[in-house]
Amino acid sequence: MKVKLFLKRFYLAVILIFMYLPIGALIVFSFNESKSMAKWTGFSLHWYEQLLQDPSIAEAVWVTVSIAMIASLAATFIGTLAAVGMDNFRKKSKNIMVNFTYIPMVNAEIVTGISLLLLFIFFNIPRGYWTMLLAHITFDIPFVIFSVLPKLRQMDPGTYEAALDMGARPAYAVRKVILPQIAPGIVTGFLLAFTMSFDDFMISFFTSQGATQNLSTYIYSMARVGINPMINALSAIMFIVVIMLLLVINLRSVKRTKKMPRVGSFR
Amino acid sequence: MSQHIIDFLGVYKEYDGVEVLSNINLYIRQNEFLTLLGPSGCGKTTLLRIIAGFEEPTRGDVRLFGESIKGIPPYKRRVNTVFQKYALFPHLNVFDNIAFGLKLKKMKKSVIEKKVGDMLKLVGLSGYGDRDIAKLSGGQQQRVAIARALVNEPEVLLLDEPLGALDLKFRQEMQLELKRMQKTLGITFVYVTHDQEEALTMSDAIAVIDGGVIQQIGTPEQIYNEPKNSFVADFIGESNIISGNMKRDYLVHFADNDFTCLDRGFNENEPVKVVIRPEDINITKNIADDMITGTVSSTLFMGVHYEIRVHGDNGFEWLVHSTEFFEAGNRVGFTLEPDDIHVMEVSQYDKMRVDGVPEAVK
Repeated sequence: MKVKLFLKRFYLAVILIFMYLPIGALIVFSFNESKSMAKWTGFSLHWYEQLLQDPSIAEAVWVTVSIAMIASLAATFIGTLAAVGMDNFRKKSKNIMVNFTYIPMVNAEIVTGISLLLLFIFFNIPRGYWTMLLAHITFDIPFVIFSVLPKLRQMDPGTYEAALDMGARPAYAVRKVILPQIAPGIVTGFLLAFTMSFDDFMISFFTSQGATQNLSTYIYSMARVGINPMINALSAIMFIVVIMLLLVINLRSVKRTKKMPRVGSFR
Repeated sequence: MSQHIIDFLGVYKEYDGVEVLSNINLYIRQNEFLTLLGPSGCGKTTLLRIIAGFEEPTRGDVRLFGESIKGIPPYKRRVNTVFQKYALFPHLNVFDNIAFGLKLKKMKKSVIEKKVGDMLKLVGLSGYGDRDIAKLSGGQQQRVAIARALVNEPEVLLLDEPLGALDLKFRQEMQLELKRMQKTLGITFVYVTHDQEEALTMSDAIAVIDGGVIQQIGTPEQIYNEPKNSFVADFIGESNIISGNMKRDYLVHFADNDFTCLDRGFNENEPVKVVIRPEDINITKNIADDMITGTVSSTLFMGVHYEIRVHGDNGFEWLVHSTEFFEAGNRVGFTLEPDDIHVMEVSQYDKMRVDGVPEAVK
């Protein structure tokens, strides 16, 4: 029995080491004093200082955050409306729409990236900030739809009719009855979209073609010139931001399932 | 009491070419408790949703106080609904659920508080205003749903199987309470149910619906004692339905015997269906010559009475309710008095589909 338990734990430990050792090493060496990636010479915030002083990095941070913000807000708006519409479809057309929405999520990013690039070239739109933003809105929308749809499914559709019955016009009923009930899904969708947008490389790379750089594409271009520990520091920050966002999303969903409303059920 | 509040005039409803309501002609009088009774899928809920404004008739007209309400959206109709699954707003507490309609009317805060307070008292939930909807029992949610609809002082209250989710004891309590509310408030109730006992207990009038067609409209007594066709007879309580023929006025032949009855106006030797309620058959072990006889084939204890099946000597299976116990194998006999026998036209069911316009209440 003891051997079995040991093997179980050992196996888990090995997997976790494989998964997190590279990131751990990256973060540890971002605090290294020397430029070496192999030898630890002492603790220092030197690389973080340099990071803050680099104007092109500040530019990349600005691009990343503004695009993530605008794209996820736009996608939240479009995606929520789309989900409400899809939920009112009949079962068959709903299933078709759900699958159509699902394909872009599982599609290889490079295919999405290149096809968007071709689209922009076809319409002769100069690549840069705006094309990157449009691309981000596009790939964010399904994440919002799939966060909002389950909330709509949980909702008693009778509540909308009940609001109309009591004298509410449709717009008022949506605002005061439907939106509050699906709000948790909308917020989750927004956070997910923001996370996806924040750390996206592939689609940003193809749709901006170097004219505008976000953090991911900036790190890539830096790494092509030569590995610099600043990359470690920058990657460590990105990693922490994404982890925090995912943590928030997951904690929210855990809290939700714990206090599910049981309206209509008897006892 | 006699003013019509709602009129259905030749209403048809189709979904994708399938007719779910067929030539509905029905009026509902002010302060009346009308029940739409029928099996699931008979169209009774669709009828209710047409009054509420969630569905539009394919053909025909619906009038509220004599004025057509076709095309008027639900939020402009002076009717309110108690939904089958209550449809309470889970993100609002009890007070805000009930106050929803009043806030829309831009009433003063003090007026809203008073009205909601009165409603909570009426449904026996005083002091529950701050509660979360999810923390209420099914019965309490039910009461909130009723209060939320009644607080808007509708001309008509529509109730869609509101007691379906409650257990038997509580359901009976709520039946009495709903009836009391309807009387004190003087509001017209239109109540949808598939439960015939519920319908008989609460209603001033019952419309029995099957296959999108009104089979019979009448008082509970009329529906129970004089069912118009075998569907109504069968749906309203259990019954023995036997084929026979009308020899002449006041004389019907069935189960190999002639019986005196109270029915007339049939053609000579017209084939008919005869309804005999199981509680109207009094079986005895002391068999006399003029009795219908048979052997008890099974006895089932039902609480209030025994449900006894008697295999008649002439081949017919009789269903009998008795407070007395009989054993399987017992030889029994019974007589039928004229007022135990109710004669119906055989073709009535089909004929109604063609004619469509059944006789209205009383």
